[in-house]
Amino acid sequence: MTFDRKHLLGIRELEPGEITHLLDTAETFRDVSQREIKKVPALRGRTVINLFFESSTRTRTSFEIAAKRLSADAVNISIATSSVAKGETLLDTARNLEAMAPDCIVVRHSMAGAPQHLARMCNAPIVNAGDGSHEHPTQALLDALTIREYKGRIEGLNVAIIGDILHSRVARSNIYLLTKLGANVRVAGPGTLVPAEFAELVEQGLQIDATVDEAVEGADVIMVLRIQRERQDAAFFPSMREYAIHYGLHLDHLDRAASDAIVMHPGPINRGIEISSEIADGGKSLILDQVTNGLAVRMAVLYLLAGGTHPTPETETQPKRNGRKQGKGSRK
Amino acid sequence: MKLLVANGYVIDPATGVNAGKNLLIEEGRVVGIMDRGEPKPEDAEVFDATGLIVAPGFIDMHVHLREPGQEYKETIATGAAAAVAGGWTSVCAMPNTDPVNDNPAVTRFIIEQGQRAQLANVFPVGAVTKGSAGKELAEMGEMKDAGIVAVSDDGRPIPSAGMMRRAMEYAHGFGLTIVDHCQDLSLSAGGAMHEGKWSLILGLKGIPASAEEVDAIRDCVLAKQTGAKIHLAHVSTRGTLDAVRRARELGLNVTCEVAPHHWTLPDEAVQEYDTNTKMNPPLRSAEHIGALREGLRDGTVDAIATDHAPHHADEKALEFDQAPFGIVGLETAIGLTFELVHQGVISLERLVELCSTRPAQIFDLKDRGTLRKDAFGDVTILDPEMDWTFDVSRSRSKSRNTPFDKRRFKGAAVATIVAGRVVYLNAEFARLRLKQDEVAKR
Repeated sequence: MTFDRKHLLGIRELEPGEITHLLDTAETFRDVSQREIKKVPALRGRTVINLFFESSTRTRTSFEIAAKRLSADAVNISIATSSVAKGETLLDTARNLEAMAPDCIVVRHSMAGAPQHLARMCNAPIVNAGDGSHEHPTQALLDALTIREYKGRIEGLNVAIIGDILHSRVARSNIYLLTKLGANVRVAGPGTLVPAEFAELVEQGLQIDATVDEAVEGADVIMVLRIQRERQDAAFFPSMREYAIHYGLHLDHLDRAASDAIVMHPGPINRGIEISSEIADGGKSLILDQVTNGLAVRMAVLYLLAGGTHPTPETETQPKRNGRKQGKGSRK
Repeated sequence: MKLLVANGYVIDPATGVNAGKNLLIEEGRVVGIMDRGEPKPEDAEVFDATGLIVAPGFIDMHVHLREPGQEYKETIATGAAAAVAGGWTSVCAMPNTDPVNDNPAVTRFIIEQGQRAQLANVFPVGAVTKGSAGKELAEMGEMKDAGIVAVSDDGRPIPSAGMMRRAMEYAHGFGLTIVDHCQDLSLSAGGAMHEGKWSLILGLKGIPASAEEVDAIRDCVLAKQTGAKIHLAHVSTRGTLDAVRRARELGLNVTCEVAPHHWTLPDEAVQEYDTNTKMNPPLRSAEHIGALREGLRDGTVDAIATDHAPHHADEKALEFDQAPFGIVGLETAIGLTFELVHQGVISLERLVELCSTRPAQIFDLKDRGTLRKDAFGDVTILDPEMDWTFDVSRSRSKSRNTPFDKRRFKGAAVATIVAGRVVYLNAEFARLRLKQDEVAKR
């Protein structure tokens, strides 16, 4: 299967084969970052615009470096410097950028549906780099790439997702991706942040646990979500202290999980709140591997969306497959 | 001036007429409903209604005409033009204009603009509280003298039970019905669509059904205490209809209306983030749609009202969260109501009751909602079989915010008569008529 879509707006609409193709492509890009000269000419002469309406350090940097390692010209526009502060609408901003003929627009926005809105109005491929509480597809892909790297598969794994599910685009994209590839997903968090309707999010249903203890029982993968203070317009739990005690991930939780369980977090972490420092810095934590894989995933996405149909003179546009952990990942 | 609506099938639930009859109107008033065999007055202009339904003029209890203050969205004249094109002979204009219709000067301005347009009757609804701010009572008595037909803080729900109680007691003294947009703001704050599976999928903040139901139940409890007349606007949930049923059993003066989009489209329709699916109350889930249809069928629902809410294209081109709530509805409501008829949910007689008889009774619009002798000569003429497609680019409204563009319909209002004057004739219908006449002449 190939990836023929014009945009990457979310995981929910993707076929399992498309997801696997994206992951396979990402694996081929992993070694570029290991080379002395970390650059391939795949997107030479192309322009990638990173349009960030919401503050972000790692995602924006990751997309920027990914574009540059593919030899694309990357332009970053953040809300503080854009015309939006002057009252320009999203649509007008997009039309003006469009007039400069970009080959791909990466958009991060605090409002759900903003990338869909742009996709309807623009000719350029749109990559959703996180929209409100809706989706964050490249995060789910990099999480999956990390799981595949360490577990060799996704199918049949028990994955526990802990924390603020209600406001989390990372949780949504991960739930779609992991269930599409056959993992068993369980979620847990305070009742105010894990509405019962989440059980209906995916066709096969989703198990909602009342406690972290239940959710991590026998888990192969534990994903801890960030408490997003910036997305909460009202108090959903009484105090950070109480949250840390009842919904934070502690060392004794790991005893309940599978012996080779791995722990992930989309970052940036709130140490001592949703995850204890001992775990975040411990041997089971893959938080930094996630960042590394994020680069490979974003290179793959930009390559497939911004480069796919254009003829390229170089023969080296297809990176060589000699990834450092090749063979560990399953190729379905 | 006399107008004879001849050879039509008259449905007037208020008088129990449901038969092939002629209708004679003179000097703006109904002279009478007569048998087809009776001699036709020679000096009367004749409207041939063969094969058509002749109903008392339809009354839309809930529209936003945006004048004064937001004339870039709609004016009273353009709104009235859209109304008659949709089969409505009367519209009740909600007070959330700028300035708010909370005093007799604004009331008189709206009435005058309506008269100037010479299309639909425009009946203003006054505010319950000054500026619809929910704090002090508005001058309901003076506004009633100036011509309001009801009071409402539509769009700005009356926040406290204490304020609502006082408003009911005061309005009751003037015989005014309070129209309440039921929405507990502490439950709905920040919401953009129905709270449920789809709001979670789309990552949009939800407006739970309970936000409407909590206020509806509150209003019913207060209606019992005060004896006041309340009318629940654009009901969208099963729980609200259950509250209305219970209120009826208790003999309370509680009535309600439903808007066509709420029984037609589910919350799932929001999935492309099309801002023309954003309205308040929001499109609900299948469970609630089923309850609305049942309420329309079993009589719990009193009236069909459009909640016509024009917005400029620029406003609707914003992000879903940023775009304003509401859609235009005057020109598609009857088409959507005929869908209920053709699906066997309601009868034609019930359609007339929902769109004319009951609205007139609820707002106490004297001599309207019926074709009895001396009633106003307001008539809506329907062709239940006409196939047509709604083309929003040809709408008479100033705004284009509808999810029903290019929708195909069966059944339409083909002519609208206000005070004995034909103010709207469907172009396609007129063309076919002309063709028939030509054939007949040969």
